[in-house]
Amino acid sequence: MGFKHWNAGGYSGLRVLAEGLLGNKGWTPAWRDPAPKDSYDAVIIGGGGHGLSTAYYLAKNHGLTNIAVLEKGYLGGGNVGRNTTIVRANYFLPGNSEFYSHSLKLWEGLEQELNYNVMHSQRGLINLFHSDGQRDAFARRGNAMVNQGDDAVLLDRAGVRRMLPYLDFDNARFPIYGGLYHARGGTARHDAVAWGYARGADRLGVDLIQNCEVTGIDVEGGRVLGVQTTRGAIKARKVAMIVAGRSGQVAAMAGMRLPVESHILQAFVTEGLKPCIDHVISFGMGHFYISQSDKGGLVFGGDLDFYASYAQRGNLPMVEHVMEAGMALMPMIGRPKVLRSWGGIMDMTPDGSPIIDKTHIDGLFIDCGWNYGGFKAVPASGWCMAHLMATGESHEVARGFRLNRFETGHLLDEEGTGSQHNLH
Amino acid sequence: MRITCPHCGARDRREFYYLGAEDYLHRPAEDAAPAAWDAYLHLRDNPAGATRDLWYHEQGCGAWLLVTRNTVTHEILGVRAVDGEATE
Repeated sequence: MGFKHWNAGGYSGLRVLAEGLLGNKGWTPAWRDPAPKDSYDAVIIGGGGHGLSTAYYLAKNHGLTNIAVLEKGYLGGGNVGRNTTIVRANYFLPGNSEFYSHSLKLWEGLEQELNYNVMHSQRGLINLFHSDGQRDAFARRGNAMVNQGDDAVLLDRAGVRRMLPYLDFDNARFPIYGGLYHARGGTARHDAVAWGYARGADRLGVDLIQNCEVTGIDVEGGRVLGVQTTRGAIKARKVAMIVAGRSGQVAAMAGMRLPVESHILQAFVTEGLKPCIDHVISFGMGHFYISQSDKGGLVFGGDLDFYASYAQRGNLPMVEHVMEAGMALMPMIGRPKVLRSWGGIMDMTPDGSPIIDKTHIDGLFIDCGWNYGGFKAVPASGWCMAHLMATGESHEVARGFRLNRFETGHLLDEEGTGSQHNLH
Repeated sequence: MRITCPHCGARDRREFYYLGAEDYLHRPAEDAAPAAWDAYLHLRDNPAGATRDLWYHEQGCGAWLLVTRNTVTHEILGVRAVDGEATE
């Protein structure tokens, strides 16, 4: 029987059934493990979510398949595997809102596109507000979202209570006035997003090269010629730096200084519980947000530790702050035990918005500055970065993400907190 | 994490406010080119390893401190008051 044919095909329920009946002996690795070639048309530094999606869309949308993704560790081992998995399109500023709107639309078709179950769950996101002024700000944000073509509903207190009866509505200091409900917001399985894009890119012919650290970027006469790596030199006329928290070090190899400071952001997960939190909820009076994973753990996080760090672990004051904020908002979570906490390295920009742009070096591109909102951007970031690398022009939904906007004053400061890296 | 303030001794991290890299000490002249202001406000070396940054002893003596730290290990390597003497 043609079970080799099954293996060559995609994933499906029928295949799971067939493999189950045959002892699951037909599964093969989801991607190849090629040795690096001497040269490629384009090389992407960084095998995280953004790098893998860029590779996928370069191959899929632009027919560029002679490309490689170089990853110093293993695919998806950085922030794409360390985030709190929230997917939303609730931005306010022109420049941001069309980008995240485009990203959410890509999310909505991602599983079919990649033939991979990324467990995208549009369970709805509710941002709570706690004062009249905050209600006005959220009403304005909701209108901006609706004008962008996305969904937003302003809930009053009774409306929130119907959906989230377990909140502490009458907290003496932070009573709940209502919430902004974004029904298409939700979560996805973070690792699966990296794996889905990796498998998709590999199937289109992209070489995914792991344990391959870039140690130098070759530039001559203002033009990029390739990279030096721990697995030898690789020539390429196009090189993309997509390395999130490590952007400063990689860009320094090309003599660049970036508007980026790397900070630590912690996240937490509790032991598994029966389903109790059906949505993604954010507290409006302390930096705290929470959802429940499909395994049952409560996944939550808060603010940065506020000082520059590459440690991938945080300090106790922020742990205490996050727990206090959670208890102020929903005292019912006081009983579960926290199983794990961890930290990711956030590439913080002075306006809290990202960069997808060319550099002053011909053929060298950069995609960075995702602050702590990079996960939901993975599809559109790759889409727009691939467009830029293939056509030389910024994609229409990413035109605001210019590298020189800080010098020219065209900031995209979504929260209006000023040009300090850790305040976004 | 504890920071040894030259005036107050070793104190909990929560007493201090982090501003950013030591670049903030090098304010350009008012008539400097936009590129100088861009470098001052936005561009950072952002090292993985030893760095120097500015902290304010907000809940202590109110001094601005220049702290030498390792961004990978969180080890504090030295602290001095801005315009002051080194303590370590």
